[in-house]
Amino acid sequence: MVREIENTAGIPVVQIATIVPIMLTVGANRIVPGVAIPHPVGDPSRGEEGDKAVRRELLERALRAIQTPIEEQTIFTS
Amino acid sequence: MAKRVVCYINQFFAGLGGEEQAHVPPSSRPGVAGPAMQIQSLLGEEAVVVGTVICGDSYYGEHLEEAREQCVRMIAGFKPDLLVAGPAFNAGRYGVACGDICASVTGSLCIPSLTGMYRENPGVELYSPKTYIVKTADSARGMKDALAAMSSLAVKILRDIPLGAAMDEGYFPRGIRKNFFHKTNGAKRAVDMLLKKIAGEQFITEYEMPVFKKITPAAPVKDLSKATIALVSSGGIVPKGNPDHIRVSSAESYGVYDISSLDDLTPDNFESIHGGYDRVWANDDPDTVLPLDVMREMEKEGVFGKLYDQVFTTTGTGTAVAHAERFGQEIGEKLKKDGVDAVILTST
Repeated sequence: MVREIENTAGIPVVQIATIVPIMLTVGANRIVPGVAIPHPVGDPSRGEEGDKAVRRELLERALRAIQTPIEEQTIFTS
Repeated sequence: MAKRVVCYINQFFAGLGGEEQAHVPPSSRPGVAGPAMQIQSLLGEEAVVVGTVICGDSYYGEHLEEAREQCVRMIAGFKPDLLVAGPAFNAGRYGVACGDICASVTGSLCIPSLTGMYRENPGVELYSPKTYIVKTADSARGMKDALAAMSSLAVKILRDIPLGAAMDEGYFPRGIRKNFFHKTNGAKRAVDMLLKKIAGEQFITEYEMPVFKKITPAAPVKDLSKATIALVSSGGIVPKGNPDHIRVSSAESYGVYDISSLDDLTPDNFESIHGGYDRVWANDDPDTVLPLDVMREMEKEGVFGKLYDQVFTTTGTGTAVAHAERFGQEIGEKLKKDGVDAVILTST
């Protein structure tokens, strides 16, 4: 799905999920590793504020990813 | 009584000419022409090649529906028991024509069909599930072997001999699984395979993983402050009650939901229906999978231009690759039309 959206629309798609090898396999080009499988963009164990802070950090990273020129599949770890 | 076979070949192998004759429309002649002659001699008394249908490669490619309809009609007129097309080797247009006529004849006339191609011929990917495509070399230098393999498969089909695995019979897998009892159990076979792998020896998997395509990365967003960004998720977050009845696994559809008036996903408005992970956290706060709350905050702060008014969601567990690709293509078309600049896609 991620690959075909990027291919069809011609726009960058950043995928946030936890299992990086699967994202590499299916052909995601911009990859942000998530927190955990059942809550990729949040961490409820850190309370409401902490959870939101984690989400914010991941989304800011995702926004950096879509602004970054890349030549090949890239994992944005920070 | 000998069985009846019809052959399909292109203008080149029929001796009509090369590229300059590729535009010729379908024609048929009784008996053999071109490689069909050799097929007849290999089939011996097993079957009679009662007719050969010929069509220019460009004609078939450019007038797909007419060419198909005319060829099927001509082939049906010979009342065959089997259609043998090609072999097309690595010729793309010829391969597509051979695959298409085989698939059409098998599909509409319920007559078995077979053809031969090189593995990289585009006809293989398009038509291998719908007909028997024997593996051949990449050029007509491999004609002798190709015709021998095709004729031997033809005889088995004509005699109704049950076919073995695609690998053993020499044709491209058709995506069909047949159950049978193996002499050794799965655990032993798996360990044997592992030992071979560790020893660096060749082994054959019993469950091939799909091969995914790779694409060139799209150019980055130039001006984030003016960019419209869309949220997409395969994490199964849907409006409460799952109004579109998206399946909890093996989804064949996705939902499109208006979030233009929402700032936050809560257990009151959205839920997770995903059958592949523990939904406790997602149901408690769907934003942990589909991050609407923080995206809305950043939009208001002017971090980026605009959050697209709709979200696209499905469940990505056991979902067939073909369906997932279709979802992506449809979503991509819509986003392109609406001028969206980038997508954040979350998966569980």
